[in-house]
Amino acid sequence: MITALLRRLGQTVFVLFGISALVFMVFFATPGADPTARIAGRNASPQTMEKVRKEYGFDRPLPVQYATMMKKLFITQDLASYVDRGELVVPEIARAAPVTVSLVCGAAVIWVVVSIAMGTVAAALKGTWIDRSLMMLGLVGISMPVFWLGQVTNLVTQSRYHDTWLFSWVPGLGYVPLTENPWGWFKALVIPWVVLAVMFIGIYSRVLRADLVALSGEDFMRTARAKGLSPTRVLLRHGLRTSLVTFVSLFGLDFAQLVGGGALLTEVVFGLPGVGRLTYQALTNLDLPLIMATVMYSAVFVVLANAVVDSVYLLLDPRVRDAR
Amino acid sequence: MHADTMPSPALPLLDVRNLCVSFPSGGRLIPIVENVSFTLAEQEILGLVGESGSGKSVTAMALMGLIDSPGVVITGSALFRGQELVGLPQKQLRRLRGRQIAMIFQDPMTAFTPVYTIGWQIDEQIRAHEKLSRKQARARTVQLLGEMGVPDPARTADRYPHQLSGGLRQRAMIAMALSCNPALLIADEPTTALDVTVQAQILDLIRNLRTSHGSSVLLITHDMGVVAETCDATLVLYSGRVAETGPTADVFARPGHPYTTALLASIPPLYGARPDRLPAIAGAPPAPLHRPAGCAFGPRCQFVHTPCLAAPPPALFAVGPSQAAACVLPAEGTPLPPRLTEGAVVTAPVSSQPPAQFSSPEAQS
Repeated sequence: MITALLRRLGQTVFVLFGISALVFMVFFATPGADPTARIAGRNASPQTMEKVRKEYGFDRPLPVQYATMMKKLFITQDLASYVDRGELVVPEIARAAPVTVSLVCGAAVIWVVVSIAMGTVAAALKGTWIDRSLMMLGLVGISMPVFWLGQVTNLVTQSRYHDTWLFSWVPGLGYVPLTENPWGWFKALVIPWVVLAVMFIGIYSRVLRADLVALSGEDFMRTARAKGLSPTRVLLRHGLRTSLVTFVSLFGLDFAQLVGGGALLTEVVFGLPGVGRLTYQALTNLDLPLIMATVMYSAVFVVLANAVVDSVYLLLDPRVRDAR
Repeated sequence: MHADTMPSPALPLLDVRNLCVSFPSGGRLIPIVENVSFTLAEQEILGLVGESGSGKSVTAMALMGLIDSPGVVITGSALFRGQELVGLPQKQLRRLRGRQIAMIFQDPMTAFTPVYTIGWQIDEQIRAHEKLSRKQARARTVQLLGEMGVPDPARTADRYPHQLSGGLRQRAMIAMALSCNPALLIADEPTTALDVTVQAQILDLIRNLRTSHGSSVLLITHDMGVVAETCDATLVLYSGRVAETGPTADVFARPGHPYTTALLASIPPLYGARPDRLPAIAGAPPAPLHRPAGCAFGPRCQFVHTPCLAAPPPALFAVGPSQAAACVLPAEGTPLPPRLTEGAVVTAPVSSQPPAQFSSPEAQS
């Protein structure tokens, strides 16, 4: 098992290298485009161009350029945005990451708990009206776009009903750091959490229910019932525990892409200064260093999260443990 | 019927009367099992034989209360130690399942939950029925695995199902079934998925259960050889109905139903010349929906004549002291000739001269 984990780690490092090289090539080695001009921004003076060319080594061979870029990203961390008046990019991401992580982790807790509850209850009561209405709710959740739902909740909690007892506690849009004011952090994030979680609750509960229903026809579920176990125990200890293998692999992918900046819409709608919003700004300003940095950040997160998921997978499924 | 008043020694362990199981399909109830009756004494091994789809497994599942498809209708009676199983609430059934009646399944590959160790799963059953600590349960598990001939039982208990061979898994399955000393073990084709040497070992194990654990066994199989080797009594099912029932030796020596005869004829003979082709039963069993009005075996039977086709299927007719066949032939005074001495009788016309189909001039070399 230790060797399996180590091997997974080795693969992760290799994949990260591949992604960094690829991202670098896309931005800085595309034929016919001068990266100097793009980094320096529109209407840059010749002096600035010259400075950028020197700083990034664009007058030297590609491998050197790659090494320079990686050094500026990971070691000296002085990659600066020229569009944004020399703002250092890496600290900017470091400031944005906790916001995104707070948002996504909270939402993840909600969607995992609620979807497991919904999926399990629906599977246990398969064919009843409770099952049907839960799955209908899930479908509604999937169908609502997150930006629309976010705007509507904002409308309701921030303006329309803000003065009623129900929503008077809701703070204005924005983020409160956890370390400064935990209660404020919670109040600022609880609505974005729920809004972000809604779609995933829909997807996950439906997937889990389908998985549990399919599993209920399996031989081992029949064995479990023949052992004289209670239906609850059969469903939870045998069915749900086996379904978790699928659930976790799905969760890993979604969680990683959200932490990597996929919660962009939610962050923009709720004014949360997270990585998604940073990417959005970088794209609208064509801020190449910042785009490069956010893409790398997102890639690192997706790959790391996948490595974590695979490790959890090793814990969850003994069959995988032996096969690797 | 009035079992509760009877003294317990005379009481059979399991007394099934007119068990019918019907599944709804297309707005109608399709009878899958019809009027199956049998009794199983303490420490007896009863073989339930039939082709795929003859209702063997459904019968067993109905006894265990494991059929939960919506709309299924189970009628008749199944008295287990005087307690009615048909219609028993799930809660009480659950107390019987695993403790009094245990079941082992055909495919040991898929019958264990893949994410738990064998030992954990056996412990779970023990602890579901008895108040034992984890340690005590594990001790019993290891002991049981050892009794089932599992090498190094303590280590095997900590292994996952996929790490064990089919034979070991089936042994573990039997150990799990026996973990609470059930009075009745239902074995649903326990050897079908195993290779022949392991099959023999597992059958040995099952045969010895009645002395080692005092269990009765309801052995479901489609293999006449397994029945001959293992069972005290035999019940032949055809298309959801009982074709023949009786002590195994009698059924094999003097089958009373043409279906039994044909089944027996399809076993390769141990002695004498090898036939080029084994006799086979022409056609396929009818789908439950298209069962003929009379004898279900009629369309494939070479003795079929007018009384076989009439509406009520033939009732069981006693052809021996405790043997009965659902066939009109013995009732008409033209029973099938005894087997074994003459060899196969498959192509013989009704009870006339002994056929010489497979007896080549000099039998043994």
